[in-house]
Amino acid sequence: MAEVKCECGHVNPHGTVLCEACGRLLDETQADNKLVEMRYEGSARRSQTYNKTIVDKIWNFFSSVKVGVWLIVITLVASAVGTILPQEMYIPPNVPPEQHYEQEYGWFGKLYYQLGFHNLYSSWWYLILIALIGTSILIASIDRFFPLYRSLKKQKVSRHESFLKRQRVFGITKGENIETDFEEIKKNLRNQRYNVREENGNILAEKGRFSRWGPYVNHIGLIVFLIGAMLRFVPGMYVDELVWLREGETKEMPGTKGEYYLSSEKFILEVYDKEKDDKDFTAAIDKTGMIAKNYQSDVTLYERVGKVIPGEKPELKKIKEDQIKVNQPLKHDRYAAYQVDYKLDELNKMKLNLTNKKSGEQFGMVTVDLYNPKPKYELKKGYSVELMSYFPDFEFAENGEPSTKSRIPNNPAFIFKMFTPDKPKGEVSFVAIKQTLEPLGDNDYKMTFAGIETKNVSALTIRKDLTLWIIFLGGVIFMIGVVQGAYWNHRRIWLQKKDGEIMLAGHTNKNWHGLKRDINRVIENTIIDEPADQLQEKKSANKGEDN
Amino acid sequence: MAQISSNLLYIAFVLYLVATFFFAGAIKDKRGQTEKKQNKWAIIGISITVIGFIAQIGYFITRWIASGHAPVSNLFEFTTFFGMMLVGAFIVIYMIYKTPALGVFTLPVAVLVIAYASMFPRDISPLIPALQSDWLHIHVTTAAAGEAILAISFAAGLIYLLKSVDQSKRSKSTFWLEATMFTLVTTLGFVLVATTFSMMDYKADFIYMDKNNIEAKASYTLPPLIGPHEGKLQTPDKMEPLAEVPAMINAKKMNTVVWSIVAGIVLYGIIRLILRKRIAAKLQPLVKNINLDLVDEIGYRAVMIGFPIFTLGALIFAMIWAQIAWTRFWGWDPKEVWALITFLFYAAFLHLRLSRGWHGEKSAWLAMIGFIIIMFNLIAVNLIIAGLHSYA
Repeated sequence: MAEVKCECGHVNPHGTVLCEACGRLLDETQADNKLVEMRYEGSARRSQTYNKTIVDKIWNFFSSVKVGVWLIVITLVASAVGTILPQEMYIPPNVPPEQHYEQEYGWFGKLYYQLGFHNLYSSWWYLILIALIGTSILIASIDRFFPLYRSLKKQKVSRHESFLKRQRVFGITKGENIETDFEEIKKNLRNQRYNVREENGNILAEKGRFSRWGPYVNHIGLIVFLIGAMLRFVPGMYVDELVWLREGETKEMPGTKGEYYLSSEKFILEVYDKEKDDKDFTAAIDKTGMIAKNYQSDVTLYERVGKVIPGEKPELKKIKEDQIKVNQPLKHDRYAAYQVDYKLDELNKMKLNLTNKKSGEQFGMVTVDLYNPKPKYELKKGYSVELMSYFPDFEFAENGEPSTKSRIPNNPAFIFKMFTPDKPKGEVSFVAIKQTLEPLGDNDYKMTFAGIETKNVSALTIRKDLTLWIIFLGGVIFMIGVVQGAYWNHRRIWLQKKDGEIMLAGHTNKNWHGLKRDINRVIENTIIDEPADQLQEKKSANKGEDN
Repeated sequence: MAQISSNLLYIAFVLYLVATFFFAGAIKDKRGQTEKKQNKWAIIGISITVIGFIAQIGYFITRWIASGHAPVSNLFEFTTFFGMMLVGAFIVIYMIYKTPALGVFTLPVAVLVIAYASMFPRDISPLIPALQSDWLHIHVTTAAAGEAILAISFAAGLIYLLKSVDQSKRSKSTFWLEATMFTLVTTLGFVLVATTFSMMDYKADFIYMDKNNIEAKASYTLPPLIGPHEGKLQTPDKMEPLAEVPAMINAKKMNTVVWSIVAGIVLYGIIRLILRKRIAAKLQPLVKNINLDLVDEIGYRAVMIGFPIFTLGALIFAMIWAQIAWTRFWGWDPKEVWALITFLFYAAFLHLRLSRGWHGEKSAWLAMIGFIIIMFNLIAVNLIIAGLHSYA
């Protein structure tokens, strides 16, 4: 496409509205406007210039702020919809979601589930929305940044009269011999920390130009953030596992490929005590009943030495002992273990006595490890007990057979075969909590309950997230960009002499109040009149109240 | 210490109320209007506000000393802190623009926010394990400060609309502006009703069947207009509910909502009878000397300053803490989502304003919607949508 040569001699790219150097209007259709559109300095943006090929159309679609805002609004509404009912990850895990939503919330819950809103934030269409926003951010930024950068770089001190007159803040003062005034103004401008440039006696004072890059910087931050969020799906970048660890137990840290092992010494639950803790807490404790003070797992971290050999016990090297509390995870080698849940007094061992029913005489105690029961327990000479079947979480199945709901010993039941000198073939006894059945006829002996041992269990989340630093970097860049764009303003003041008149024009990308205040300070004690706000003048019904 | 603390809060509350009247006097006073000077009323008004603010800081510090942690750990403390930040933000903006009108509208909102906060349990409570972190102070204070500065744009937007909306004939604008007024009156109605019955020590206990058809207890502190599912009144000499709701709905909360709306309607009705015109119409003369462009700019600057602070506090600091306490920086918890919604909304606001030229009235309406979103996240998410953030 043809480049546009301005009267001032500067060659502008095709599509430029205001000459980059002098500010002359190059687009005749805008000649009637009283004020020039300064948003992107009238520079040539691709999206405003080309609209022929399919690439142009896609580019223009994504570079449009209108489209961007619509995408934001749609995402906003969609996000809100996802909070109407709890997401699937927050409902109790023991009920299937299709039942849960209908049970709890009726037809609405059912509909919510059927529409897939119970997993809204990981739905394909939500992810597409985010991707579209990302694309829009990227294209819109490229479309604007480069022309804007070029324009601000090429701008000259002397601007064409038509450019100055069409600025929002503009004023003309008649006056001759104003050299001293100009010197005063330059001094004032420098005092206000303006960067002052001079050319043929004309002045361009500028400050805070870097704030114009704020939006692009923060958009880069957002893109980096989104890239970081995407990297989670790359294998090896992200681990999210849960492990239930009993006191005294050593387990592989899931997600570490057998590299690390954890053992729990103990789990501690502390609550606030009215007597010992601050007296001011008494009322709150009375009202709530019990307020937790600390959840803590005392653990030891081990590293495996040597290679994994299936079926063989790994050789472990102790790395460190730690106390994992809420807000204080254990950290090692990019892995972190968090205290997330607990279970107090879980059944661990059950003790039973082999007893003669008639005499009540006992012939020894059996201690069944409910997680690792032995097949046979030898007692006194001639006495032994065989564990024929074990149901950790006992229930009668539909066919009447005993079965187990889970592998957690919530309700242990056993089928024992008791061998005694007078019954060498053994007697079979079914033993569950508070009940004994003798399926093969009356026995002479029975297993009597003699006590339990319980243990606390800690639930730890094992996490590795190699994307964190990228996401954090994205956040930092975003914040820098936002602050850069929001807390600084790009202000320019032009002063030009022509035919015994002084033209003063001002432009800022925002905070016109601040610009006017600057100008008033600059022209203090000079003959220059306060410039008018042409935008306010245009619609002004409130003259004289200008602050 | 706890006693001193609540007294200081009370003093701050009263001072904010008094300061409002001085600011109202300041904009009625013709002197000092045209010159760029503050008049005497305004100077007294801002002085009282600052003293009130200092008193509230005193409340904050003494309560911190009493409890051993920054008092931002439950709904009462957080909402009060939000009110304090609102006044703080107002003082800063006032110092820049010297507009008493902003005081007339910001301070009552702050007063209402603090009054509303006191309707929640005010006991000093120890910190549960999840809250025992320095990030509590960092995250909550920055988030509240950001929200408070954004709320200033609501006050500015309200002033803008009060002046710019034509009250001589009914329109969509007059309706929605009046709806805003009604909402504020309803909040006041709720505070009045709740305070009255709490002073009377009203209590009515119910036994009812919950949604799993299990007997449960509910303790009402407002007379039961709406009773729980198959509720049986346990307290003698108290009124029987007028209506009953299915087990799915939380009857006690519903009852509070109904009371607030009834009180709001009654209060609004009385005000309308006295004024004989829309509240907004009555307030219009109060703001007739306001420079619309200036108010527009104040609203915009409030968003410009508040948006980065909000992002830092409610998203970035929040994510850092969530990674430490909850193992992941983002988990789509309702409060998190609503912080994201607030962020998206103000991002849209800024884009519309900067690139599509939504100034003046449009921008003011957006500021109103933004405030609704903030208040929704502040209060409704905790009360209606249970989640990880339900600390009240």
